[in-house]
Amino acid sequence: MRKTAKLVIAASTVATLLSAMALAPQVVVADEALAAEGKKIAENRKKGNCFTCHNYEGAHLAGNIAPPLVSMKDRFPDKAKLRAQIWDATAANPATMMPPFGRHEVLTEKEIDAITEWVYTL
Amino acid sequence: MKKLLITLGAISIMGITPLLTNATPQSDLEEFRAYFYKKFPGVKLQDYSNGIYALDKARRFEWQESEEFPAYEEAVEKGEKMFAKYGMKSCFKNGGVSIKQNYPYFDKKTGKVRTLEEDIMACLKNNGVDVKAEKLKYKKGKLAAISAYMAYTSRGKKQNVVIPNDPAAMDAYQSGKTFFYAKRGQLNFSCADCHVYNAGKMARGNLLSPALGHTSHFPVWRKKWAAKSAKKRGGESKPFDGLGTIQRRYGGCNKQVRAKPLKVHTAAYNNLEYFHTYMSNGIKLNGPAIRQ
Ligand code: HEC
Ligand code: HEC
Repeated sequence: MRKTAKLVIAASTVATLLSAMALAPQVVVADEALAAEGKKIAENRKKGNCFTCHNYEGAHLAGNIAPPLVSMKDRFPDKAKLRAQIWDATAANPATMMPPFGRHEVLTEKEIDAITEWVYTL
Repeated sequence: MKKLLITLGAISIMGITPLLTNATPQSDLEEFRAYFYKKFPGVKLQDYSNGIYALDKARRFEWQESEEFPAYEEAVEKGEKMFAKYGMKSCFKNGGVSIKQNYPYFDKKTGKVRTLEEDIMACLKNNGVDVKAEKLKYKKGKLAAISAYMAYTSRGKKQNVVIPNDPAAMDAYQSGKTFFYAKRGQLNFSCADCHVYNAGKMARGNLLSPALGHTSHFPVWRKKWAAKSAKKRGGESKPFDGLGTIQRRYGGCNKQVRAKPLKVHTAAYNNLEYFHTYMSNGIKLNGPAIRQ
């Protein structure tokens, strides 16, 4: 069991390294720009307002209703799952306090893409 | 049948296993309290009348200082004068003194819940007061000042909402309960999300108060409301600026979740007030009070 886990981690590290090497520099820059855009939307009171509930590195006066956003890549190896959590948190947990940002059209699809990119940097 | 389904849905959202078959207002009340007693072990029933200040020492200290020369004092005096001027004594039991603890109540004649503010309004109209000309409106201002005076005379009385054995009264209670636990608005929050499950937590810089004790101290006086009224008047402030009734607060909390606030003193909010206040039965009234 432990061996397999180690193997998987090793494999994914290699994969990450490989894919990072394979990526053209422009693409990385574009992702950073998107993540920066996502941060802005996330911290806009009328948009994401994520730090009403979540703390994360650099958040100012964050609330403590929800778990802190840390190590997001490890917790969501599948980016699509992360996006789905933001799009409609009630799908995973109907009682959740987290607003269904996509389903209730609090944010546009593009805005959710940008926020997902930003959360992935945390 | 449809009603049952709605209630079921709302309760399953609560995440508590409900004893549907034998849930009574009394058992709801006990469950409600047990939840808070467990969550805040040091906080006693009577402390809950102080909202967030029951939970946070630093804030409590600051608040106690503000209550020494309270901003609502002049409004209470004006309320008392208006109460006399409009001859309101005759409309109420005990001359209107020490009666707020019995509100809201179920009116058998109409089969509906009645609030103190509705009885104040009815009394004014009954006494031939031109409420429009006198600018007596629900939610704030002069009418809230009359309500604040009546609350003041009822300080120390224990909240005592009665749910008579009448199907219409039970329906009203149930509809209030459903409202309280139902998710609403674009942000999809229920009252319980903020004031039960996350009471004591911080929503950004806002400490969330427990719903237990919420109703003991209304109307409240808020700086934010005072500034808003004064601004509308071009900066000139009046003694009753800053006062708001509980249903004004409901509207504000509905807006926070981007739900359209409902018309005050219609069935939905009255039933909510009925359920909400019943949960605080036995807590001593201490209104009006200052709030953030
Ligand atoms: C009103 C509260 C609230 C707001 C606002 C909020 N969330 Fe959440 N969020 C939660 C709660 C509570 C959870 C815990 C999971 C649950 O309730 O099912 C959660 C869980 C998450 C998770 C899953 C974390 C994990 O490790 O499983 C992610 C990712 C997330 N939120 C991202 C966001 C982002 C991005 C925003 C802003 C666009 C946001 N949240 C806004 C309350 C909130
Ligand atoms: C998004 C979170 C949120 C939701 C949802 C919410 N409230 Fe509030 N409410 C607050 C905040 C923040 C305050 C101000 C701080 C405090 O006293 O809790 C407040 C204050 C109040 C107060 C005044 C408390 C006092 O001590 O004077 C009452 C009463 C109240 N809310 C009732 C309700 C009811 C009823 C609902 C549902 C219709 C509701 N709230 C929904 C956040 C919320």
